[in-house]
Order: sequence, then structure tokens, then C-alpha cells
Amino acid sequence: MKITLKLFATLTTYLPAGAHKHEVELDVPDGTTPAAVITQFNLPRDLTHLVLVNGTYVAPGERDKRQLREHDDLAIFPPIAGG
Amino acid sequence: MGWTKKILRVNLTDGSCKSEPLNMEWAAQYLGQRGLATKYLVEEIDPKVDPLSPDNKLIMATGPLTGTMASTGGRYSVITKGPLTGAVACSNSGGFIGAEMKNAGWDMFIFEGKAAKPVYLHVENDKAELLPADDLWGKSVWATDELLHQKHQDPQMRVSCVGRAAEAGCLYAAVINDLHRAAGRSGVGTVMAAKNLKAVAVRGTLGVGNIKDPAAFMKATAAGKKVLAENAVTGQGLPTYGTQVLMNVINEVGALPSRNTRDVQFEGASKISAEAMAEPRKSDGKPNLTTNAACFGCTIACGRISTIDKEHFTVENKPEYWGASGGLEYEAAWALGAATGVDDLDALTYANFICNEDGFDPISFGSTVGAAMELYQIGALTDKETDGIALNFGSAEALSKVAELTARGEGFGKELGLGSKRLCEKYGHPELSMTVKGQEFPAYDPRGIQGMGLTYATSNRGACHLRSYTVASEILGIPEKTDPLVTDGKAGLVKAFQDATAAVDSSGLCLFTTFAWTLDNIAPQVGAACEGDWSVEKMAEVGERVWNLERDFNLAAGFTGKDDTLPQRLLKEAAKTGPAEGKVNGLEKMLPEYYELRGWTSDGALTAETRQRLGL
Repeated sequence: MKITLKLFATLTTYLPAGAHKHEVELDVPDGTTPAAVITQFNLPRDLTHLVLVNGTYVAPGERDKRQLREHDDLAIFPPIAGG
Repeated sequence: MGWTKKILRVNLTDGSCKSEPLNMEWAAQYLGQRGLATKYLVEEIDPKVDPLSPDNKLIMATGPLTGTMASTGGRYSVITKGPLTGAVACSNSGGFIGAEMKNAGWDMFIFEGKAAKPVYLHVENDKAELLPADDLWGKSVWATDELLHQKHQDPQMRVSCVGRAAEAGCLYAAVINDLHRAAGRSGVGTVMAAKNLKAVAVRGTLGVGNIKDPAAFMKATAAGKKVLAENAVTGQGLPTYGTQVLMNVINEVGALPSRNTRDVQFEGASKISAEAMAEPRKSDGKPNLTTNAACFGCTIACGRISTIDKEHFTVENKPEYWGASGGLEYEAAWALGAATGVDDLDALTYANFICNEDGFDPISFGSTVGAAMELYQIGALTDKETDGIALNFGSAEALSKVAELTARGEGFGKELGLGSKRLCEKYGHPELSMTVKGQEFPAYDPRGIQGMGLTYATSNRGACHLRSYTVASEILGIPEKTDPLVTDGKAGLVKAFQDATAAVDSSGLCLFTTFAWTLDNIAPQVGAACEGDWSVEKMAEVGERVWNLERDFNLAAGFTGKDDTLPQRLLKEAAKTGPAEGKVNGLEKMLPEYYELRGWTSDGALTAETRQRLGL
């Protein structure tokens, strides 16, 4: 199935070739979790602070349980703030 | 100590500048800066005073840690009764002038009355005098700063001043210091201009040595700096990307108010984000972001210094805008961009430069332009009123043009300078104004971040994010993650943020430290600098007292609990996309609980018991 992976701020350097700006379309097996994608792209765990699926936060304890679905947006941010 | 214990009272009507002792009983109750200056204001003016009359006063106030070695200890605030809202106005700025005031030996400048002709205040340590400013009137902030430095031949002198927007009566004019730092909100600059006070120029060489326990202070401030350096947000995220790093995340979570808040997501968000500011452009290979910058004593350095592409239409043949200057912060990028539907990064940077150059709040301005664009779209505004400008959502040309007009108070810019509430009322659609108590709300949609609805509704200076930034918890997980889509627990969250923020704003430190610090980090620094008890509990109590003092002033000025509300769009029109799709803000669930937690009546007034508890 296809999902979109979006990486922001300091994580943009972990995007694979073929990425456009912050995002890349991925073909992943059914049942893939956010944690599996984080592992696949070697994202440092301490930088995967905000993990959002279709904009909704996935808590650390859920990241290896929540199964992604076709056309999901997986967005990951390091610790950030502003205002 | 921490305080210099000296106030400079400037009577603009008779031209006198007098030194007087700081009221230390009040300092023990209100600390400094926001809290202490508000106490002075409340004691000295009639709450019902016309904000633009000579009877209003304007206070520039430092905190006890301003000018010290504490990280971010360079803040000062401008406090007055605001013309945009009619409520208490308190706008906080960094840069360097706050520390310079302190180095000149002053905790506060209190301005009263009105000068017969334009003047500026020149302070060099103990010497303070009002000097003619006829040659400065009609000049921009940038020109005024340059002329004053030429005149006094002192490159280290610091200047706060108003630009042409304030002189023209723009109700959200700012007081700009150090060229591009702003006491930005609520029209504090408009009050300054109404007093014929063009500028304040300060040079201080006395040093800030009045620390209660220097060794303990060095230890506490060093420990605080270590925490900031080791924190991923204050040590890496903010210096690298600035506040603008929020653009994409707020858009992703569906809380980016777009096109006058009709939408909660903006398809152009990534084009105006921090990441976009760092991308090399095609024309010269350079990015919009030139470098980051720090205010006095700051070890975070979140400031943005930017350049505009010389080939961009906004600066073609205008070399005065080709240099590096104050770049986009998140709120400004949102207001000038998402709120208007404009995704042209250079056009936003240009409009931001204009806001700095002539001193007006980009949040209120951008939101007002967004409202005007909606009025234009529905035909309530036509080319006849807009001086022929096609005010279409997404038009970078229109945005740039109306920024120039507003800066000078010319044509339709004069109307935009009155803010979105007055504009929308005049053209028959008050419901299109995205304001609370007359002030435009900033870059977080309360349908997608429920706590921010209560924040805006109850903010003492009109809608604002800097009174209780629950975004930190609801979205960013600081200090802990809460669900942005629920109302449960938000009354307590908002109250806690409001009280802590009021304490930080009274200290001389920057609120951004609280992405890494809590009052546990701040109290030891204040306690080592200042005589008296400055425990965490005392700091929280001061914050609560300040909040209630401001509230009490607003109630006396004529506000009631009925003013603690939100634009109908946020309460009736559901979000169309994103996680909040189908949701409105649940203010009616949060407000009664909030009043109860505050110790207020069901109408939002302070009870006798609350007054007694807080010593009000």
C-alpha cells in the first residue's frame, strides 16, 4: 500500500532520494506501523518527538501498534516550539 | 536587589523629567516589568480614560533580571491602556534597549501628559531631557533611528520609537526598538504618538551590579543556561529554524487559520515555512534566511535576519530593501500569509520589513487584510473603497500595496489601520472580524486547539497567544502532551499558563525560556538577584495577582464576562478538514470551570474572597 512520509526541520536530511520538499510517497507492506517506518529510515528516536498520522498525534507507546492504512500521511517532527 | 529602585517620571505637558524611588512594597507584590508597571498604571489612571488622551499614561518597564547575566535577560515591556481594545495593553520586547535602561540606572520610565510639539526623550545615565523632534516627525522608524544616532554620535545608544503608522493613527501601531524588535501588540505605539513622543534614546554605562547574592546568582544563571543549551528546542530547534518551524506542524494538525479563518489548513504553508526560508533561491543561490540573531544576553538566539530576492517585484529598483533585516517570525508569516492566502515568501518578508520600518503589528495587520479580502470577495468592499486595489485572497501584489498604504496612513491603508473589528463593522459584516475584545487573534485555530479558544476569550489584552500558550502542551508536548481536540482539563491548563506567563513577563526574562525552563529554574535566579522571598510558590502567586489586577482594570474600564467570547465563526462554523473536521470550539464548556478556578463569580468578576487572598 502507498503512504506519504513527511519529515520536517532537522529530520528532512533523513528523507530518501526522490523526496519532494518534505515528503515522499512510500510503498509499504500492509500492517506497517509508524515505528517500522522510523526504523526503516534510521530516524533517531530522540528526534521523533511528534508523530502524526493524518494530523493526529500517536503517543510513543502506540507507535509500534498503530497500523497504517492506504493513503495515510505519516508526519514526524523533532522537538520544536515557537510562538 | 535586582531593581535599580529608581523611576524616571517624564511629564510631557510641562517638559519635566524627575527621578523618584521605586515603590518597593509594590515590587515585593508585583516583581517588575509587566506586573509592577501595571500596578503603577492601575493606581495612576482612570480605567475609563480615553487611551489617546493626555490623561492616559505610558510606561516602559524593565524587570529585575533585565540587564543581568541571566540568559534572555534583556526584556522590557510597554504598558498603557490600549486604543485597539480599550483594555490594559502590555507589549513585551527584546533587543537591547531594556538592558540599556537598566545600565543607565532606571527600572522604569513613566510618561504622562502630552507634549505641545513632537519631542524625544534622551537619557544618558542620570541625565534625562526632552528634546525637540520636529525633524523626526514624519520619518520612519529606520530613518528616526539613523538620524538620532547621527545626531548624538553614539553607536551604542539604543532607540525605541514610533513610525509613520503610529503618527497616522493606526490603532495597532508598535513601539519598535533596535530597528526590528517590537513591543508589537494592542497599539502601544499609537498611544506614544498621541503624546507627541517620537522616540526614547538611551545610553547607560553604569552597569548592573545590584545583585543580592552574586555568587548564588552566577550559579543559578549558569545552571539555567546549561538547561537551555541541552534542551532540543532551545538549544537546537529555535536557533536553527526560529519560531517559523511551527508553520508545517500547525498546518498538519489542522489548526492554521487560513483566508480569514474560513479554513484550518493552508495549501501554501510549506512555501512560507522555516524550511522554505532555508532553501537556496534560483536567482542568486542564497536562502531567504541570512542568519539567526540574539537579543541582549540570550543564549537561544531564535531571531531571524532575512534578505529579499533583489529580482522580486516588491523590491525591484528599491535598493533600500536589499539588505538583511528582521525576517519572518511564525505569527507574522501566518498573518501576512495564511490569513491572506498569500504563499509568496518574499512578499511576506517585504510586508514584514514594512511593518518594522513604520512600526505596526503584523498580526493585527495581516488579519485585518484577511478580513478585508473576504469583504471584497462578497462584494461588501469594492475597488472604489480599496483605491482600485483588487483585494483578492492570495494576491501578493495587493498585500504589498496595502502594507505600504497602512505604513503611511494613506487611502485605504487608513481604514486598514483601524483594525478588523472597526473595518468589518463599517462595511456591515461584524461577524467577519476575527477578534476578541477588538484585537485580532494569532496563528492557532481554536477549533483544532481547544485550549486556545479559552486563551483568546480570556486574554486580558484582547486575543493573544502570549498570555497562555497552551499550544506548547496541546500540540508540542511541552511540558506534557494533552489532546488538542478535547475541552476537559483545559480550564486548569489555561489558568496555569496564564499565571506562570505573567510571572515570567514580570521578571525581565523571555517567555521562550519556558520551552525548557519551569518556574523551578526561574525562581532561583530571581531569588538570588532580588531581596525577599522568590520561591516557586511566590512566583506563581505573583503571576496570579498580576492576572487578577489586569482583569480588575478591564472590568473597571467597562468590560464584562460577555466580552470573554470568540468570533461566531469559531463557535458555529465547523472545521472543514484535518483532525478537527466537524468541530467548533467548546468555549461554553470551558469558561464556567475557568471562572470557578479563578475564584470569580459566574459573571466573571473577582469575588471579595479572591481580592482578599491576593491582596487586591
